[in-house]
Amino acid sequence: MSDQTTPAEPDAQPAVEPPPETEASTRRMIINMGPQHPSTHGVLRVLLDLNGETIARARPDIGYLHTGIEKQCEDLNWQQVVTLTDRVDYLANLSNNLCYALAVEKLLGLEIPPKGQWMRVLLAELTRIGSHAVWLGTHAMDVGALTVFFYTFREREELLKIFEMFSGQRLMTSYIRPGGLALEPPRGWEKVVRKFVQEMPGHIDEYENLLTHNPIFLERTRGVSRVPVAEMLDLGITGPLIRAAGIPWDARKDEPYSSYEKFDFKVPTRQGNDIYARYLVRMEEMRESTRICRQALDGMPEGDWKADAPKVVLPDREKMKTQMEALIYHFKIVSEGFRVPEGEVYQVVESPRGELAYYIVSDGGTKPYRFFMRTPSFANIQALPALLEGGLIADAIAAMGSLDFVLGDCDR
Amino acid sequence: MLPEQLHHHPSAVALGEFDPEAITGGKCDRGELTLEIEPARIVAVCRYLKATRRFNRLSSVTAVDRYPMEPRFEVVYHLHSLERNERIRLKCRAGGESPEIDSVTPVWRGADWYEREVFDLFGIRFRNHPNLTRILMPEDWQGHPLRKDFPTHGHKYGYQGE
Repeated sequence: MSDQTTPAEPDAQPAVEPPPETEASTRRMIINMGPQHPSTHGVLRVLLDLNGETIARARPDIGYLHTGIEKQCEDLNWQQVVTLTDRVDYLANLSNNLCYALAVEKLLGLEIPPKGQWMRVLLAELTRIGSHAVWLGTHAMDVGALTVFFYTFREREELLKIFEMFSGQRLMTSYIRPGGLALEPPRGWEKVVRKFVQEMPGHIDEYENLLTHNPIFLERTRGVSRVPVAEMLDLGITGPLIRAAGIPWDARKDEPYSSYEKFDFKVPTRQGNDIYARYLVRMEEMRESTRICRQALDGMPEGDWKADAPKVVLPDREKMKTQMEALIYHFKIVSEGFRVPEGEVYQVVESPRGELAYYIVSDGGTKPYRFFMRTPSFANIQALPALLEGGLIADAIAAMGSLDFVLGDCDR
Repeated sequence: MLPEQLHHHPSAVALGEFDPEAITGGKCDRGELTLEIEPARIVAVCRYLKATRRFNRLSSVTAVDRYPMEPRFEVVYHLHSLERNERIRLKCRAGGESPEIDSVTPVWRGADWYEREVFDLFGIRFRNHPNLTRILMPEDWQGHPLRKDFPTHGHKYGYQGE
């Protein structure tokens, strides 16, 4: 793979010529795509106004997965809310856990020991690899390359085993909590993670062998679904999409959190601004994530993985059996919950899909007063018409795949 | 008027010079700048911040219900400047029987869905919005779920005991 060069970025002209105006092509037709269409990977309905084969107008209809998570958060204790953040973006649960933990810690003014921070970075990057792996498999399947799916899900399975090793859960990990981590990292975790991180670049080569020079894949993706950069920013698109349009904005670099400033990594960008460029950006992000994981493994600091804050962090099981205070704090945290000082924060992290931000308002009580989730999928799906309109209906599936949205993340 | 503690924030100072009447308060808490804006001037303020201070991206629009305080709603805007990597939070109060505020969709198209969401979940109307309809809840839904006087379990199907 490495001895081949990446094909040149396609030139700037749109690949799709508008079809000539004939009587048949001027007749409008409305197609209802979804809400159960397999390529939406969730429940999303898109109304497509067709002019012949061209999409004249696209209207996404969301809300099928709305479960009122924000409202429920206002009704739960601060530490119970963690379990709901998992369920927002179920492919990047640890990024959501991290965002929530950082927001609450900012409100509390709590500092986490270096080991806790590095563990969080490691887990967030493993999540990114897992999320991109699912995206790649399903996206490739959507455009007709079925094999990739089996390769990427093989690695995802390994990742889920790692998450299970840490937290006891494959998907809804709730492992990153305000004050540190939920549990002590398990015995032997380094060996398992190192094995995965060492093997991953080879696996990414395998994916690239299947797709990067695949003529059908190139035909389906190059020059398709371009959106002007200014429009992207106007619509609030973030993540790999704007990086594939040449804007190197990444919260990990520009607003570092959880010690990301101590890691050496690149923010991959491309100028192509088409589906192929988005593919290349995500592939390189997976490589960069493995680099970050390796650095985290090599330089993992010694020390504690949770903050020394007995009023917030649950005490050791052992201490509870021997120390009166530990038992009291445990009882207080579990029954009443800890209190968070009055204030509001807007915590931004870079989730695999883009800018993930939690706006949390506290009134000084044991529950969040207002919990707003600025999720990347919501803003990105809002921009879906810009990606689809003017393109061919056959490209709609590929364009939607390149957005990499999660409907749970969108509807909350 | 611009509060004393914000005199070293270039964006706040610039906005204060542009329209001294627009700022009704503000604070810088935990490193995050919040400005309270006169609701009638929100569009002009946003336009100014986008054009002059390069806040080219609207991160989100949401609301907070301060029930039973009146005016009960705070409409909250989070702006982001990619070039300077600066964030700013604007707040407007809205209240009364039918709370209303001007839409910022003419400034950022991306405000569209966020304002629809606030309308859907809080019942705040946005004037000049291109398509102000429910977005997350069913179209025939009664009430606005994120209001503090809306029970978490709902009115119709929820737990009725106690």
